[in-house]
Amino acid sequence: MTTTTGPHPTRRLILLGAASVALIGLGNLPFAARPASAAANDKYPEEAFKQKSEADAIKALYGRTAEPSDKVKLDAPEIAENGGVVPVSVTTTLDKVTSISFFVAENPYALAASYRIADGTIPGVANRLKMAKTTKLVAIVEADGKLYSATKEVKVTVGGCGG
Amino acid sequence: MASSIRVRATSNGDITEVQTLIQHPMDTGLVKDSKGELIPAHFIQELKFECNGKDVFVANWGTAVSKDPYVKFSFKGAKKGDELKISWTDNKGASDTTTAKIA
Repeated sequence: MTTTTGPHPTRRLILLGAASVALIGLGNLPFAARPASAAANDKYPEEAFKQKSEADAIKALYGRTAEPSDKVKLDAPEIAENGGVVPVSVTTTLDKVTSISFFVAENPYALAASYRIADGTIPGVANRLKMAKTTKLVAIVEADGKLYSATKEVKVTVGGCGG
Repeated sequence: MASSIRVRATSNGDITEVQTLIQHPMDTGLVKDSKGELIPAHFIQELKFECNGKDVFVANWGTAVSKDPYVKFSFKGAKKGDELKISWTDNKGASDTTTAKIA
C-alpha cells in the first residue's frame, strides 16, 4: 500500500487503498456514495484527518511538535475490552488553551478528534474513541501558542475498526 | 423526527456542564457488511455548541470517534435559562440542530 500521488487523491481512493487487500475479489464497490466534500465548513482539517501516522497528523494539524507536559492529564483505561468504545478524557491546568486533540497512533488514521476551546470554556473534554488495537494514545493541548502532550498506552483486547 | 441530539446542560452557578449524546453510525469506511461489501464512510465532521451568540466549543471529528458519540465539557459565562444551540454536520452533508435550556 503506497500513498496516493495523483493530483486529486479523493478520500474514497485513499480509503479503498487502505482496504484493498481485504477487497480482492469483490466486484461492485459502492462508488456512488462518494462522501461530500467538507468545503462547506472550511475550517475542518481534512488533510490532518487523512494522515496515517500520528507524527504526520500532528504536523498537518498544528505544523509543529509538542513537548510532553505533566500539566496535561490524560485519562484512559489501561485495558479496553472493547476497542470500539474507549472512554478517554483530558484535563489540564494550563492557561489560554485554544484546542485539544486526540491521536490514536495505531489507527488507520491517527487523528481521532480535535476540539476548539473558546475563551471561558474550561480546558477539558471527555469523549469515546475507537482503537484498532493496542496503541499509544496521545493528547495534545494547545495553550498560548505552544503544544503540550500527554501519552498513554491502552491495551485493546477487541479492535474497534472491524479487524 | 426526533432529534438525533440529546443534551444535558446543567449550571452550578458559574460553570455550565454540558453532556451530549448523538445518534450517528460513525462508519469508518473500512468495515464490511454481512455481504462483504464495504460500508461507505459516514461520520460527523463538525459539532458546534453555541451560547449567547458565541461558539463555546467546536469539535472536529474523524472516523475514530465511537458510534453514537458522547462528549462532555464545561464552560463559563452562561446562567440558568440561557439557551445552548447544538448542531452537527457529517461527511455526507447531513446535519441536525437542537437547542437546550441550561438547567
